[in-house]
Amino acid sequence: MPDISTTLSGIPLPNPVIPASGTFGFGYEMASWYDINVLGGIALKGTTQNARFGNPTPRIAECASGMLNAVGLQNPGVEAVIAEELPKLRRVYSGLAIANISGFGIEEYVYTAKKFDEDDTAAILEVNVSCPNVQHGGMAFGTSPGAAAAVTAAVKKEVKKPVYIKLSPNVTDIAEVALACEEAGADGLVLINTLLGMRIHPRTGKPIVSIGSCGFSGPAIKPVALRMVYDVCKVVNIPVIGVGGIATADDVLEFVSAGASAVQVGSQNLVDPFACPKIIEELPKVMQQYGITSLNSIKGRAHT
Amino acid sequence: MTKNAIYTIETNQPIANDVFAMRLAGPTGALVAPGQFVNILLNGFYLRRPISVCDWDEAGMLLIYKILGKGTAQMATMQPGQTLNLLTGLGNGFTVSAATGKPTVLVGGGVGVPPLFSLAKQLITAGNIPEVVLGFRSSGDVFYAEEFAKLGCKVHLATEDGTAGTKGFVTTALQDMAYDYYYTCGPNAMLQAVHALSAQKGAAGQLSFEERMGCGFGACMGCSCHTQVGPKRVCVDGPVFTSEEVVFA
Repeated sequence: MPDISTTLSGIPLPNPVIPASGTFGFGYEMASWYDINVLGGIALKGTTQNARFGNPTPRIAECASGMLNAVGLQNPGVEAVIAEELPKLRRVYSGLAIANISGFGIEEYVYTAKKFDEDDTAAILEVNVSCPNVQHGGMAFGTSPGAAAAVTAAVKKEVKKPVYIKLSPNVTDIAEVALACEEAGADGLVLINTLLGMRIHPRTGKPIVSIGSCGFSGPAIKPVALRMVYDVCKVVNIPVIGVGGIATADDVLEFVSAGASAVQVGSQNLVDPFACPKIIEELPKVMQQYGITSLNSIKGRAHT
Repeated sequence: MTKNAIYTIETNQPIANDVFAMRLAGPTGALVAPGQFVNILLNGFYLRRPISVCDWDEAGMLLIYKILGKGTAQMATMQPGQTLNLLTGLGNGFTVSAATGKPTVLVGGGVGVPPLFSLAKQLITAGNIPEVVLGFRSSGDVFYAEEFAKLGCKVHLATEDGTAGTKGFVTTALQDMAYDYYYTCGPNAMLQAVHALSAQKGAAGQLSFEERMGCGFGACMGCSCHTQVGPKRVCVDGPVFTSEEVVFA
């Protein structure tokens, strides 16, 4: 059988498929559908220093081959996450957990990252500088190379675990932001977060989602995500986790060919709770069909 | 316990203006309480459609849905023999035992009526025959008044334009009724009015809410609401909440 294992910063993963933050709760909720230990890893729900309800509802809308969301980082705050949510995850899951950290200022990023660094559950810290839902939030950091680098450097200085920066696609040149994060010490990159999108009710003329402009995801954005992963992998030397519209084993091979070391599956988990285990099962079969012996052997092959 | 399975359409018939009754054959072991819902995958649409379960038995389930957009319009064109991919056993559903020994009323508005039907059957099995208040816009929108009557329930009908039953809202009919416990499902404004009126009467109850959902099983937090005990997800912590815990904006 083809080898679907991979590594992230020296951490071995049985396969490259990781549910994306915000589409999988804190993991344990999904254990009622299947044994979540089959996953390559789990990116946990975005966490902030303080508890947040997020945006008012309605905060979900559908679009062609995708969806909009304006959840707005609902979470009980990092202390409650570590005390109440992570123990529930550890009871049912022993694989790689990736903490997802958001903040409204550099101090808050550092505060939350340190808490996850001191806890044993997460082995990688994913720093979200790109959430488009929160006014005065991550958006400002992710859209400027300097600000993204400042967050990266501040967090890196205070933690021991690998720090991966989750990048915003809502920029002119994502490779420039990626390079700035790499130079500031990032151990890896995750891209892309949601694009900015909107829907307006044709009868009322009012936005369907409460805050209007919000995060656009799903298979519709896959070509954009793939292009950005390709552009970033061309210039950086740190591992990249590709995310954006991934729904099939073929999608995984596209992102690995563009240079990704692993992938995250987001919206598709919401449509099909079995999306990730299905992809993991399909991946070696599809590779065999294409005569691919290992993921490692095709990583970045689109560049040559 | 939630479950994913394929169901075959047995019947799919209009029963009122833009309202259809669809009987599906397939496994129903995941349904454990009235008021739970299913999430339906439709060809050509990305997100599933959450629909409450009206009734079920060992061989299948009955869904009553209204055409509210392109997805439900497509559902209405589906023919017997066609299949649907469902997530079932979603949501907490109503707690039947909470009304034991109490004069009970069921209050439904529009497409909030269907989940109250299997609830009425289970209450009756438990020895509690509820009175039923059904509210609709107009006579052409009315459905299931006779079905509740056939179960042995006294049915109070209200329409906004007065073309059937009492003219007005469900609360117009509910005003003069005596009850200690209530179950209700319908538009948010109706839930709020029923909650307020019942509080005046000293009655407690359970309210079933609706919200735009991403997944329907707790993963995305798209459908969260405020409650007296903090944020809750309508899809897994609800859709049914008690009158003590609900918060209206």
